[in-house]
Amino acid sequence: MVGPVSTLALLEPTTATGVHDLLWVLVALPLAGAALLLLGGRRTDPWGHLLATGVSAATFVLAVSSFLRLTSLPGEERAVVRHLYSYVPVGRFDVDVDLLLDPLSAVFVLLISGVGTLVHVYSIGYLGHDPDRRRFFAYLNLFLASMLLLVLADNFVVLYVGWELVGLSSYLLISFWSYKPAAATAAKKAFITNRVGDVGLGIAVMLMFATFGSVAFADVFPEVGTATTGTVTAICLLLTLGAASKSAQVPLHVWLPDAMEGPTPASALIHAATMVTAGVYLIARAHPLFEASPVALDVVAWIGVVTILVGGVIACVQDDIKKVLAYSTISQIGYMFLAVGLGPAGYAIGIFHLLTHGFFKALMFLGAGSVMHGVHDETDMRRMGALRIAMPVTAVTFVIGWLAIIGVPPFAGFYSKDQILEVAFEEGRYGLWLLALLGAGITAFYMSRLVFLTFFGTSRVAKDVHPHESPSSMTAPLVVLAVMSLAGGAALNLTKDGRIAGFLEPVFGAAEGEHHAAAIPAWGLTLITLAVVLSGVGLAWSRYLARPIAASAPVDVAAPVTWARKKLYFDTVYESALMRPGQYLSRALVFVDGRGIDGAVNGLAALVGGTSGRLRRVQTGFVRSYALGMLGGAAVLLGALLLVRT
Amino acid sequence: MPTDIPWITAIGLVPLLGVLGVAVVPRGQDDLAKKVALGFSLVSLALTVGLIGDFEVGEAGFQQVESHQWIAQLGISYKVGVDGISLVLVALSTFLVPIVILASWHQADRVRSYLGLILALETAMVGVFAALDLILFYVFFEAMLVPMYFLIGSFGGDRRVYAAVKFFLYTLFAGLLMFVAILGLYFLSRQQLGAGTFDYEQLLTLDITDGVQKAMFLGFFVAFAVKVPIFPFHTWLPDAHTEAPTAGSVLLAGVLLKMGTFGLLRYSLPLFPDAARDFAPYVMVLGVIGILYGALVAMVQKDIKRLVAYTSIAHLGFIVLGTFAFTTQSQVGGVLYMVNHGISTGALFLIIGFLYDRRHTRLISEYGGVAKTMPVLAGAFLIAGLSSLALPGLNGFVSEFLVLVGTFSRTKTLGVLATLGIVLAALYVLIAYQRTMQGPITVEANRHLVDLSLRERVVIAPMIVLIIALGVYPKPVLDIITPSVESVLERVGETDPVPSVEDAGFEAGFELGSQK
Repeated sequence: MVGPVSTLALLEPTTATGVHDLLWVLVALPLAGAALLLLGGRRTDPWGHLLATGVSAATFVLAVSSFLRLTSLPGEERAVVRHLYSYVPVGRFDVDVDLLLDPLSAVFVLLISGVGTLVHVYSIGYLGHDPDRRRFFAYLNLFLASMLLLVLADNFVVLYVGWELVGLSSYLLISFWSYKPAAATAAKKAFITNRVGDVGLGIAVMLMFATFGSVAFADVFPEVGTATTGTVTAICLLLTLGAASKSAQVPLHVWLPDAMEGPTPASALIHAATMVTAGVYLIARAHPLFEASPVALDVVAWIGVVTILVGGVIACVQDDIKKVLAYSTISQIGYMFLAVGLGPAGYAIGIFHLLTHGFFKALMFLGAGSVMHGVHDETDMRRMGALRIAMPVTAVTFVIGWLAIIGVPPFAGFYSKDQILEVAFEEGRYGLWLLALLGAGITAFYMSRLVFLTFFGTSRVAKDVHPHESPSSMTAPLVVLAVMSLAGGAALNLTKDGRIAGFLEPVFGAAEGEHHAAAIPAWGLTLITLAVVLSGVGLAWSRYLARPIAASAPVDVAAPVTWARKKLYFDTVYESALMRPGQYLSRALVFVDGRGIDGAVNGLAALVGGTSGRLRRVQTGFVRSYALGMLGGAAVLLGALLLVRT
Repeated sequence: MPTDIPWITAIGLVPLLGVLGVAVVPRGQDDLAKKVALGFSLVSLALTVGLIGDFEVGEAGFQQVESHQWIAQLGISYKVGVDGISLVLVALSTFLVPIVILASWHQADRVRSYLGLILALETAMVGVFAALDLILFYVFFEAMLVPMYFLIGSFGGDRRVYAAVKFFLYTLFAGLLMFVAILGLYFLSRQQLGAGTFDYEQLLTLDITDGVQKAMFLGFFVAFAVKVPIFPFHTWLPDAHTEAPTAGSVLLAGVLLKMGTFGLLRYSLPLFPDAARDFAPYVMVLGVIGILYGALVAMVQKDIKRLVAYTSIAHLGFIVLGTFAFTTQSQVGGVLYMVNHGISTGALFLIIGFLYDRRHTRLISEYGGVAKTMPVLAGAFLIAGLSSLALPGLNGFVSEFLVLVGTFSRTKTLGVLATLGIVLAALYVLIAYQRTMQGPITVEANRHLVDLSLRERVVIAPMIVLIIALGVYPKPVLDIITPSVESVLERVGETDPVPSVEDAGFEAGFELGSQK
């Protein structure tokens, strides 16, 4: 009945001192920035974007100082709590707003504020001509505050607050051009889909409270071993539901491709590098729970693998450059789910892939934005081609991102993805490994297709479009992210037990040392992976570089291509199985409400006082019914008094 | 430091004096009448601040009690006082009245009657929450109908008379059943206490047999269920909300509905604890039905006010559910929900009123793209809507989550079903927002809308401030409410379920009965 008790000693947080005393500023500063820009209105237009960018940069500086101070502490003391205030104290349910900085939250804080600042800088140029640029920056700042609150929370309720606030930021940014119906609809879809996940997260929190009497990490995690496996599994599966919706995993991935209606920098920051990885964070954060439920871990791993393939397959047939990247993001987060679903051996690697993906996917989204900027907002890759000539910086940095994501050594993605495959294999999960390996091949194919169609081959841009390189405020962030995508993997993690894993060890514990003698050595696995990747690239080369490209997508295609173009029918099924029946139900209830319930009442009134038609036509007759009511009341009153007196 | 000022009487009396004040303003001086009315309502609000200042936080019982004999022969007295529960509702009432008066500044038709009705309503509202004598309570409870009837019937929309009569008859007849039960209590007090009384605190000492408790519980329940309204007693509400003028809608949703949920918590539970426990599972089911039903019906409404009216049914379902789940969290959450719903739904009706003033239509299809021309209004609409869908960080979340967490710890099945309501809430709010505020401008008249004026901003700003403040830091209000709720629970004889690692299966039944 008792699940496997966590073998690791949980970090005991100590009270924050020094620069950690300022942890609250990480949340408060961007929040204040957002408030100022939203309340200030048009008056702040001339300098709003600069203020927001400055706020973001200041947040990053504070994040770095907090990180450095954390590393100066001994490993077992690397968890500090900054108490802020009592939030909801009602009986046993007692929630404080406390911020927790430990190695796990620290890497997220760095990623969020770091990529966040680059995206701020980039957006200055990207939205330079938009009359509502200030509002965009306000939302970006709001997102920073929300996401930092999410990762710094030391209990599940405050985490939930951040969790939904990033959802709000996402909603606001997707619908930034809300006069476009598609943008407004996409934003709504994102919010609703995430609400479905929120139900899971919410009930998980309630179940934790009903079981452990607390929702704080520090109270729940040490007690996991006392609960039944059934309860822990229920909690974990509910958390997984929340994680899957936020991280756009099958079957709740459907909102992310539509979310591309938002401005591209928002897609880069929120829908690629940070917010969508919150689900991975949640699972990693709640790992003591998941470790006590092998079933839940399995579910996470399989969701991951299925998503790798679903996202990858659909990405192969998209012609919209942002849509390819969106499905790619879905697929890549699948790798992270797979990693954390592998248990203790995979947590740190999942986070590692999350970081490298944050670099190269933000890079490619911003690169795509730069491309769109250069070709007058064209997003169809069939009307691009050979852009490397007109946009050299964008092209070179994008190619670095491409090499990183398909996992070519020594680029960042090679280290992280290779290790996920390696661990899957070494853990004896051959089925997961094989499918993830296939996913690596598919990734290589669709990403190569994107790069070839966009930057190589012959130009297919429209006659009146003159491609040009973007301003330096946009290319500079690309260069920074390219450097990270090039060197970030090696710098963070030269070996499997390297830096990032070592840094996260106080949180996740040391990966168990029981190395099975794997059937294939690590270098052999790497070679297999590289071979598969190479075939993916080769296939893309033969189809998209070696022969001319049609200006519109061919219609005479094999059945699987049609399925993929129909997005594997997820939206279709939801439409016909949920949305339409839901509408019918609502309409039926409206009918029942009017004819049934209200009708019964009116009918009753008709019986008592004449026809209901007369009731409606009472114009001056009101006094009569009023008098009647008063009379009736008085009669009852009198009768009752008489009754009492006896 | 408590003072000797009879705060409560003063709070209730000032609006009544305001009615006189408005009445003596010469005909034709509408602006003066408005200023007079606003002045009196602000004095009442200031007095409420004084009352809060004198309130001992942490005490469960009634404070600032004023008691005077009224009809001694019948044991009727003028007795008022507040505990944490009624204090926050009195505050909500006196907070909303000056706001709706200011919101009605453009009113040109029969201004003095209009203002007089609002002020008379305020007196009744304060009276309902502060009364500690059941006859006094009943008088205020029913007296409230009259000004509201005239507000809807004389100043409402096209079908105002139908709506007003429906509202009046529903609530009047339901109230009569309660009156019979009140008389029954009096009868019992004569038997058990020697002298008959309507004093609430004395009636609490009665020993009522099971069968009688059940009958009396039902008498009170029907009155409150109609007022809340609890499904299936709700059909008067969409008509009344929709046809009422803005001020009427705000006060209906903000305060009047709470008289029902307040009544359940103040009277039904403590006076008839055994019956309340017996009926609790059924009432909770009605609450959950209200949550899901109200939301589903709201979603497809074509009239924006009707849509918000149906969301009220869903929201009040949460309050009923929390009240009858008998946990500290769910009941405190329920009381806070009353306040929060008053603010968020009040804000929504104000914003719809601003739109209506400009376009004179409530049809959702007449709007669309308004955010482009009225960004401030759209922003306020979004914040109020997000509060309505209980977005964390805003006020609605705190109360809704408390209700859910408390309910879940009592019965998981209903807790889970109610939680599904949060998806539906997101749907109806965002659908309404998208259709009115987003997308392209399709109706030419919306192209030239003028954004909120300074007066309108002053009206909506306090609501927005409270939506955020109570969402970020609800503790002061929770501290006021919690002790009084705990004493209700003690009276009902229920304690919070103890967290248990033992078995968390999703049982289908209710755990309430087993706790006796």
